[in-house]
Amino acid sequence: MFKGLSCLILGGQAISLPHWFQQGVKSALLVIGIASALCGQSAKYGVGRPPTPEELKGFDISVAPDGTGLPEGSGTVAQGKDLYASKCAKCHGAQGQGGDESALVGGQGTLRSPKPLKTVGSYWPYATTLYDYIHRAMPFKQPGTLTPNQVYALCAHILHLNGIIAENAVMDAKSLPQVAMPNRNGFVRDPRPDVGSKRTKK
Amino acid sequence: MSDASHSNRRWFLRLGAAFGGALTACKQKAVVEEIEPSSLGKPISGYGERSQYEQAKRLLVPAGLGKNPEIGSTRTPLQDSYGIITPSSLHFERHHSGVPQIDPATHRLLIHGMVEQPLVLTMADIRRLPSVSRIHFVECSGNGSTEWGEKNAPDAQRSHGMAACSEWTGVPLSILLAEAGVKPGASWLVAEGGDACRMARSIPLKKANDDVLVAYGQNGEALRPEQGYPLRLIIPGWEGNTNVKWLRRIRLVAQPDMTKDETSKYTDLMPDGTARQFTFEVEAKSVITFPSGGQKLSGAGMYEITGLAWSGRGRVDRVEVSTDGGTSWQNARIDEPRLRIAFSRFRLPWKWDGQPVTLQSRCTDETGYVQPTREALIAARGVNSNYHNNAIKIWKVAADGAVSNV
Repeated sequence: MFKGLSCLILGGQAISLPHWFQQGVKSALLVIGIASALCGQSAKYGVGRPPTPEELKGFDISVAPDGTGLPEGSGTVAQGKDLYASKCAKCHGAQGQGGDESALVGGQGTLRSPKPLKTVGSYWPYATTLYDYIHRAMPFKQPGTLTPNQVYALCAHILHLNGIIAENAVMDAKSLPQVAMPNRNGFVRDPRPDVGSKRTKK
Repeated sequence: MSDASHSNRRWFLRLGAAFGGALTACKQKAVVEEIEPSSLGKPISGYGERSQYEQAKRLLVPAGLGKNPEIGSTRTPLQDSYGIITPSSLHFERHHSGVPQIDPATHRLLIHGMVEQPLVLTMADIRRLPSVSRIHFVECSGNGSTEWGEKNAPDAQRSHGMAACSEWTGVPLSILLAEAGVKPGASWLVAEGGDACRMARSIPLKKANDDVLVAYGQNGEALRPEQGYPLRLIIPGWEGNTNVKWLRRIRLVAQPDMTKDETSKYTDLMPDGTARQFTFEVEAKSVITFPSGGQKLSGAGMYEITGLAWSGRGRVDRVEVSTDGGTSWQNARIDEPRLRIAFSRFRLPWKWDGQPVTLQSRCTDETGYVQPTREALIAARGVNSNYHNNAIKIWKVAADGAVSNV
């Protein structure tokens, strides 16, 4: 028991405890008391295990705005057009105008209007989000079944439908994060409380 | 105890005595016949069910659900609730791709990214760690979105039912993060669910280390599948969508991932065309649940106005009620305990004179923040911000006792 506790203390960043302290610990009760105090702050419990490389690869589907997480592969607007027709048009409309589910195309210039239309083209600040979301969640009934090439192609087609990239553009891990989204600078951080506040203390 | 609550108690006792007396006089014979047991009850069961006479239900939105019944939400029947705890079976839901049925024996939580030691934890691993139980509300930031514009929600369930309050049991996320060892430079984490769309949200590390729970228990039993079984985040006081259900992965990062649900959704569009992002905190809010829309008062006389108040920034300090269109306000009594970031139940005796009247409640939280009017919110944010509507809710009582949205 004593051995276990001293390991715990060493593992818990208490290595810098002075020599006199370690010498002075003679009462088991005292050790237990100090060990419990340390547990609350920095002791490790030693649960869990490291992931295998395969697990990590399978789990980690995130794509960040700087392109981190984008896989190898590429897709063109033309490739995306056919895929879109078979995988997406039923819910989002033949031209991305929306249907049973949300519109993906249009709405640029409407955000200040009484009836704003928020789409990939008018609202989404990052093209990487499009890859991330299509890959993790679409098609609705078969999420996660698209290959990287297919996801890049769908991104290309949807961005082209919105007039954001040219018809001959190719989307890949390098080009997608560089797409200039029209509403890239349209977001501000939360300024609340902005209304009704009589805040006197935090 | 104050004079006011003494007098409240007195009139309630009188009311109870009068009501009881009236019942005895009118119904004595019939009641006795009905309640005298003459046959055996139902067999004993292993898992309780409510009385067949109780009908409160979650409301499906869209009605009956649409072409994709895996997408949608349900609303808690706040108008039928007592106290501050929402039964797990009535807790509101918002689903983006159905309710996964996860076997806890195979469920894994991966913590990785900017950590010293990436970790895979089983449910058994997680249960070995120190746990806590805390009572917190969860509110969808879309709660009350109907009230920005035409206010077409006829009752409290439709207008305010995307809020509920439970006792949650789980491990502080800070313990799990310490176990993996967060590397310098990490300032956010991305939490990901195990639903089909693997919904993900970015959360600042500061909040994660403050009071966030990785919860497996709700109201004394395991989470319901609709509430994230077997594991979910509880992020006290922050918009519901951040409380990722079916939690399977936490990745430490330097910057947010800008996921679909923190860019295209759950951002608040302002009249100038900009949108507020990462509007996490739920601001102080209250709603009268009786009398509320769809209910009917049986005639002039004494009633108890009651309702719920909450704030994502701490305790509810005060709830005032106005029965005269906002001209004057009276402090409602708030039931103990008053917990941080939990529902508070307020009550106020009220004598209705039988004339048309409006009823409204106003919550002040411990930071001194006062729940604003709808007009003040709209003046600042327009009508297209959609989310985070915490406006004062006004109910109208007609001369015939019918209660409706104003």
